Amino acid sequence: MKLIFQPRYWNHINGWLLVLPAVFMISLFTHFPIGSNVFHSLFSMGTATRPEAFIGLENYKYLMDDDIFWKVLSNNLVYSLCTVPISIAIALCMALLINRNIRGRSLVRMAFFTPTVLPMIAVANIWLFFYTPEYGLFDQIFTVFGGDSHNWLGNPDSALYCLIVMVIWKESGFFMVFYLAALQQLSPELKEAGLVEGSGSWYYFRRVTFPLLMPTTLFVMVNAVVNSFKLVDHLVIMTKGGPDNASSLLLYYIYENAFSFWDTSYAATLTVILVLILAIITVIQFVVVEKRIHYQ
Amino acid sequence: MSKIILNDVCKSWGKIEALNNINFECENGELLVLLGPSGCGKSTTLRLIAGLETLTSGTVEIGDRDVSNLPPVKRNISMVFQNYALFPHLNVGENILFGLKARKVPKNEQKKRLENAATLLGLADFIDRKPAQLSGGQRQRIALGRAIVAQVSVCLMDEPLSNLDAKLRQEMRQEIRSLQQRLKMTMIYVTHDQVEAMTIADKIILMKEGCIEQHGTPEDLYDRPATAFTGSFIGNPPMNILTPDDLILDGLPSFPTPLAGSTIRYLLGIRPENIEISGESGIEGLVVAIEYLGADTLIVCRSGEQLITLTVKGKTGVSVGDHLRLNWKPEHIHLFNGEDGRRIEGLAGGLIS
Repeated sequence: MKLIFQPRYWNHINGWLLVLPAVFMISLFTHFPIGSNVFHSLFSMGTATRPEAFIGLENYKYLMDDDIFWKVLSNNLVYSLCTVPISIAIALCMALLINRNIRGRSLVRMAFFTPTVLPMIAVANIWLFFYTPEYGLFDQIFTVFGGDSHNWLGNPDSALYCLIVMVIWKESGFFMVFYLAALQQLSPELKEAGLVEGSGSWYYFRRVTFPLLMPTTLFVMVNAVVNSFKLVDHLVIMTKGGPDNASSLLLYYIYENAFSFWDTSYAATLTVILVLILAIITVIQFVVVEKRIHYQ
Repeated sequence: MSKIILNDVCKSWGKIEALNNINFECENGELLVLLGPSGCGKSTTLRLIAGLETLTSGTVEIGDRDVSNLPPVKRNISMVFQNYALFPHLNVGENILFGLKARKVPKNEQKKRLENAATLLGLADFIDRKPAQLSGGQRQRIALGRAIVAQVSVCLMDEPLSNLDAKLRQEMRQEIRSLQQRLKMTMIYVTHDQVEAMTIADKIILMKEGCIEQHGTPEDLYDRPATAFTGSFIGNPPMNILTPDDLILDGLPSFPTPLAGSTIRYLLGIRPENIEISGESGIEGLVVAIEYLGADTLIVCRSGEQLITLTVKGKTGVSVGDHLRLNWKPEHIHLFNGEDGRRIEGLAGGLIS
């Protein structure tokens, strides 16, 4: 029997062949690792004397009783809930500020963007100095005004918030660039129509600018949330998650389990939880926010 | 009262002078068209009246009130923009009511005005649609609706029809004109299209390079162009502006040498529709192009170095390469000074009599 393909089948085959390289790469480096990770989370750690064995959901049971896990998870929630909205709000304000004709605009723009260009390791080291007790920048300023010296990063009550401040400082400039690009896409005619129609700046921002920036806000928000779970470089430099896990985050705890304690199967279990959290948050963001977005 | 008066208005950006001493008045309830080629300053003038640009010098008065230093909102105007400036995320109703909500007009009043405007503009069925779901003409109507519900007597229009196709443009310009008359609005309307200007204007101001070339009724501009530029800008096809060389003067026995004894260099303007093809006398011309337009035919002839365009009714038997003799009546001749292009009134008047 001779195989005759209709043109529309050729179309399908063509299409699949075109996406094949991308599908292959994404499967190899994203989907396969996730699957393998889930698989490994179901086994016990193998040691020299005891080979690894299938233990079902035992790792997950352990996780539920792991106080440190709950500690880092709640830390991470605080961390995300602070860094995401605040850095987005600051980014938007900065973008609005420099999206007009002011003197030295490019200088200000550059200043706002500088933290983004710096590597996280460098930023962490700079801020480590800022937070140093006695001779760090903040303490020097505080003592001038008669304040006491603080061990900012050494105090379990303040360590996490110190990191939050630093991350906001670093992230806002990056998000600002997206807002700035979006603002420059808005037609100046709209602004003029607003002026003629008698809308004040706040009214115009609330009714026009902000809604039209929603696609950017969604994009920035997804990025900010993902970043708040995946960026832990600064912990390595500044606090190592301490004191007493007060500043530790989920990914850093995973890293510790995998590469300090060599408990890779428990690390795999934690990773599954992390991936789940990120997936759920992203889906919620898209489903909830998407509805209220106007795409041009 | 909503008379608009511009006194010695100048506008420059650094060294670039956009407007130079603009003076005019627009009467209450009048539709004044600012006409001119691109870059002539007509949009700048409109934006100065709206308050979207700041004056370099001079004053703007709207309704007996000096508004030169007031922001747009305090000038009691509405404006329709070239690209309509509709808010893409708001539906038709919200777009129309945008200004009323900003000014906190009571809810039931908003509703009443919206209903009125929507019915007037035929938008009643589209109140909940987004601008992107509507056609160009309907979007244009939303912009008009926004100007109507404001219920201010001055409306400024910045090339409102330039994004529409030819047929729709014709419909919309009639609609705008009838709206303007029904609502007794004082309207300043910017366009580069002389047909649009001629058809809807009470008065036209023709601008060129930041100056007013002529201010008058459409008839004034057509019948008695103040400059050679006005002559060649108004009318379609444009007026022929000819340098009277021997060929032309010899060909026109009926044309008395007007400036005998005078040393002024002058130009001769004659509208294509006033040129006749005559049997024996007249200027010799070689047909170089023919454009058949249906009701009319456009014939371009070469006489010596100069091109002369004429229109004749319907179809002609003329074809490219034919020799024609062209003639025109003395009363159709416009004379312009060759130096500054100004109309030579006295001499031409003498001629016509």
